Amino acid sequence: MKPAPFVYHAPRELEEALGLLAEHGHEGKVLAGGQSLVPVLNMRLAAPAHLVDINRLPGLDRVEVTDDAVRVGALVRHADLLAHEGAAAAQPLLRQALRHVAHPVIRNRGTVVGSLAHADPSGELPAILAITDGSVQLRSRGGERTLSCQEFFVGPMECAVEPEELAVVAVFGRFPAGTRTAFTETARRHGDYAVAGTALALRVEDGRATLARVSYVSVTEVPAVLDLVPTLEGHDLGTPGAAADRALQDALADAVAAFVEPGDDIHASADYRRHLAVVQTTRLLAELLGSTAATTEEN
Amino acid sequence: MATQRVRIRRSTPPFNPSEAPEEPEELLEITLRVNGTEHDLEVPGRRLLSDALRHDLGLTGTHVGCEHGVCGACTVLVDGRPSRSCLMFAATAQGHEITTVEGLARPDGTLGPVQQAFVECHGLQCGFCTPGFLTTITAYLEENPDPTQEEAREAIAGNLCRCTGYQNIVRSVCRAAELRREGEQQ
Ligand SMILES: Cc1cc2nc3c(=O)[nH]c(=O)nc-3n(C[C@H](O)[C@H](O)[C@H](O)COP(=O)(O)OP(=O)(O)OC[C@H]3O[C@@H](n4cnc5c(N)ncnc54)[C@H](O)[C@@H]3O)c2cc1C
Ligand code: FES
Ligand code: FES
Repeated sequence: MKPAPFVYHAPRELEEALGLLAEHGHEGKVLAGGQSLVPVLNMRLAAPAHLVDINRLPGLDRVEVTDDAVRVGALVRHADLLAHEGAAAAQPLLRQALRHVAHPVIRNRGTVVGSLAHADPSGELPAILAITDGSVQLRSRGGERTLSCQEFFVGPMECAVEPEELAVVAVFGRFPAGTRTAFTETARRHGDYAVAGTALALRVEDGRATLARVSYVSVTEVPAVLDLVPTLEGHDLGTPGAAADRALQDALADAVAAFVEPGDDIHASADYRRHLAVVQTTRLLAELLGSTAATTEEN
Repeated sequence: MATQRVRIRRSTPPFNPSEAPEEPEELLEITLRVNGTEHDLEVPGRRLLSDALRHDLGLTGTHVGCEHGVCGACTVLVDGRPSRSCLMFAATAQGHEITTVEGLARPDGTLGPVQQAFVECHGLQCGFCTPGFLTTITAYLEENPDPTQEEAREAIAGNLCRCTGYQNIVRSVCRAAELRREGEQQ
């Protein structure tokens, strides 16, 4: 099918774009990479009267690595961030997760910020924004505001961006030195959305976890973080094979199963999704405790 | 390559006349640069790049299967990067260099290495999916000129083919890489 008619706007300056959104935002939509929006338009699941194409705006295609964050502009494509060495070194979870976002061809156009604005609980990047305690900067003609990840994601497929606002920068946090990270997911076919996915960040000092955060794809309605430090408390993570300890595995399984809130659909039952979340978390923990590298590249 | 300019002036009818808006739809004047040739055309904002290529420019090599990004038949190169032309508006493509399957032949009109490899290895049966494979693989070999079978398989994972079982397409990717390397040595 084809999209219903709309008025196409192609602003060349940010102020112009914000003016257009102020005027038409309520009956319009922002068009970034179009990898989620255009299918929706083609299938006529939405028919906005105006489209504000932001692809010509200058200055939004930058990735900036600072002491405590990786800042990703609204026109940075998944492929660009995936290839960015500085970003991968500063926050390894970005590259670890981005490889699972669709196929390379989709990643060539889809944007990181668009993926967050789309707020799909099956998207990888919302989970990464959550686990890194990130935020999103929004601009409108009235000014600028920054929303924490918790404020940003309102519900499944729903974020807190107002119609007159543009999300300009996604800010992914960095972890303290010595933190190890890993990401894994289970998909029915290579490149498909995950049936379940897990991101883990772990920092162990003197056998104790001083940071243990986990977030999930496709098993929570909005991206959320489970703090595993209390669960890991009392277990000596410094001993080899600590992850195989039965008591630790049981505690982990209980914590994860209680935290996730998966649903049933044609791809998987809620029980299977919950099971995957538990298994993935257990495996990632074992992997990170076993690995000596600062980060783990997995697949 | 010298740039030709082709002017197309026609008011293109909406795709489905029964859904025609009461008011005539606003048309945008855009210039598309496709396979080295610039085309001026008037299209509604909702014109997909895939439809602009096929219907407005007559470049029917780009195929349209699903129109939601899944099948890959419509894949073209945008500034050298494979992209779904069914998920891009023609107006967004203005100012970018578009390469379609028609643009993959050598300047003398003979088949490019990826095309040649598909012929040699029976990389196609009905051919519907083929344009998307050819564009995707052409760009992939720029990045990875010597892929393993496994990498070749991964490179084509985003394109659907109903006929071939993929074995011969994987072989075609590896053969195309060989042809490219031989071409460089000459
Ligand atoms: C075949 C296929 C497979 C896919 N697989 C995956 C997958 O495995 N994982 C995954 O996460 N995604 C997947 N996707 C979806 C896609 O990769 C992302 O959702 C996409 O990258 C969103 O970014 P975009 O720039 O294309 O956004 P668009 O499609 O342009 O926009 C998406 C939404 O966000 C809004 N928006 C975009 N940018 C802004 C902004 N700066 N400010 C305010 N609002 C904005 C739009 O108005 C729209 O509502 C897949 C898509 C396809 C076609
Ligand atoms: S027609 Fe574009 S991906 Fe199927
Ligand atoms: S050759 Fe027929 S679909 Fe691929």
